[in-house]
Amino acid sequence: MSAKTQTPHAPILGADSINLLERLSNAVAVSGDEGEVRAIVLEQVKPLADEVKVDALGNMLATRKAKADGALRVMLAAHMDEVGFMLVDEEEGGLYRFATVGGIDVRQLAGKPVWVGKQHAPGIIGARPIHLTTREERAHSIPLDQLRIDLGPGGKAKVGDRATFATRFRQIGPSLVGKALDDRLGVATLIELLKHAPENVELCLAFTVQEEVGLRGARVAGYAFNPDVAIAIDSTPAADLPVWDGSENGKFNCRLDAGPAVYVADGATLSDPRLVRHLAQTGDELGIPYQFRQPGGGGTDAGAIHKTRAGVPTISVSVPGRYAHSAVLVSRMNDWQNTVNLLYHGLTRLNRDLLAQPR
Amino acid sequence: MTDISAFLKELISLPGLSGHEGPVREVIARAWQPLVDELSTSRLGSLHGLRRGGGSDPRPRILLTAHMDAIGLMVTQVKDGFLRFTQIGGVDPRILPGQPVTVHGRQDLPGVVVQPPERLLPPGNGDKTVEMEHLFIDTGLLPADAARLVRTGDLVSFAQPPVELAGETLAGHSLDNRASVAAVTACLDELVKTRHAWDVWAVATSQEEVTLGGAYTSPFDIRPDLAVAIDVTFAKGPGANDFRTYPLGKGPTLGWGPNVHPALYTAFKELADRLDIPNSMETMPLMSGTDAMGLQVVAEGIPTMVIGVPLRYMHTPVELVAMKDITRVGHLLAEFIARLEPDFVEKMRWDD
Repeated sequence: MSAKTQTPHAPILGADSINLLERLSNAVAVSGDEGEVRAIVLEQVKPLADEVKVDALGNMLATRKAKADGALRVMLAAHMDEVGFMLVDEEEGGLYRFATVGGIDVRQLAGKPVWVGKQHAPGIIGARPIHLTTREERAHSIPLDQLRIDLGPGGKAKVGDRATFATRFRQIGPSLVGKALDDRLGVATLIELLKHAPENVELCLAFTVQEEVGLRGARVAGYAFNPDVAIAIDSTPAADLPVWDGSENGKFNCRLDAGPAVYVADGATLSDPRLVRHLAQTGDELGIPYQFRQPGGGGTDAGAIHKTRAGVPTISVSVPGRYAHSAVLVSRMNDWQNTVNLLYHGLTRLNRDLLAQPR
Repeated sequence: MTDISAFLKELISLPGLSGHEGPVREVIARAWQPLVDELSTSRLGSLHGLRRGGGSDPRPRILLTAHMDAIGLMVTQVKDGFLRFTQIGGVDPRILPGQPVTVHGRQDLPGVVVQPPERLLPPGNGDKTVEMEHLFIDTGLLPADAARLVRTGDLVSFAQPPVELAGETLAGHSLDNRASVAAVTACLDELVKTRHAWDVWAVATSQEEVTLGGAYTSPFDIRPDLAVAIDVTFAKGPGANDFRTYPLGKGPTLGWGPNVHPALYTAFKELADRLDIPNSMETMPLMSGTDAMGLQVVAEGIPTMVIGVPLRYMHTPVELVAMKDITRVGHLLAEFIARLEPDFVEKMRWDD
């Protein structure tokens, strides 16, 4: 009789995983009002985690202990919040002035349906009819102060209510299409890793708040967990579109279908080189596709976490996604699966020897 | 009885770009079938429904038109899996980024209009409008599949689903002018229960948004004695509050200007007031921008009227109408038709 060694395998993302991602994507959780996503996360992590708490800012912090003593404490962070809107003034007839929360290009706003408040009340952001505009006017974007959220005559909401684009998640061919996949993909990834928790490390899962408005949740979560290592899991822009003049696109940031984007440096963090090497080696040895995100601007929760306390060796890994911070983000199923694969195997192969090496 | 709200929601869930009205025409025909005596399709794709009157032969004829075609987009190039496109009808490029669409390729494909990052656009564009020629449609497919399934000239429809808002209003794409198709349908519904001497020709016209092709051709065979174009007009709302706009949900507009026969205006105005249907005069000093421009000049000319349904955010995928205005137009038309005497046209007078 031969005893097959059980090689650990990464979670396989099936229909349940996609259904969860769909719920997360359709939830409304603008920075500072993450409750709807937090409730879904709590329901998912409660049965699996050893400790769960909600902190002073609204972060959901979950711990899953390792099987062995003295295991590395690894913080995984994904932000629950999304960019969106807040109603700031009520006008007559169901019309509301609104502010944007997080980095939204005002050119994405006109002509879109929205969901307002906890009830997801339907509304629309219209635009002046083209017939009443001039060519000169159309050359300039419509300023925010000319736009309103329209709930219809007599429609009621409260000043202070949050709103998002009303985009229902869907799968199209190889793609995952929905709003707020930045960073519900990360949130769903953390839940998958908890469901298939590597036993060699203590998982410190931070479902963070207010990432889009200044990494506020990550800062205090990093302090509270005081981890040995941290990985921020996010969505990063794939700008892999044709250039207007047909020239080669050398500034694509990352590409769809090329696997998780591993960060060496972004606008806020210089990744720990040992972690960069570790993930690259993991991908190379196991044949998991990955890509290095083109170094440049932008940032993730890592920007706050790596500077907490005396410092935390930190890296970011993102699922590539096109058109972040618009009504629709397009990611690929295979990139998400490969992100989960790389993280899972990266974690199972992680030990103190790595950190014993000089940085 | 047609459930007008459900019917309109169905209409604005269907494609039917100018010159390609088939899908919406089919559904209108199904709704009109029990309400008319004859149905046919014109050479340019308009749907003609004839409801015979009770008067003695030869009966005078009134023509009601509502264009059924919708604005949209058309593929100009498939590039690395992304689609470049142009417009069919007047589309403001500023409402496009982030819009869900259906690409009518070798099969219907969902897609979304996207604005490339600034660094892939012409230098100096900054935060100005990204012109239509620099926008793309992303179908979510791999480049090879997009190239196989889509080609230049494929139609692209807006795909924003209908949304009911407060105050019995409905938002969606193509309410210009499917809202008026619904109003004409409401009129036919009412005529079924009403005696009317005149023949009624209900026509869902084609190609209004681009060529007025339906309006110029349908009256040629029908040769009506009177024609009424029903179309949407500008409702007051954010970004539109000047003298060219009319309150939403406060009744139809009655057109006044060179496209309109003044005696017809007066007849509709007097009737609307008598029926307590709130209404506004819509001044159209030059032209109405409706089917009336075509109808009026067919053959030896036709006395023509324009009735408007106020609508917010025209030519965006979140156009907004009040259901009440639609049923009011249907009622006004039916009452007008029921009261038409065989000699109405002979009695029309110029106010000279």
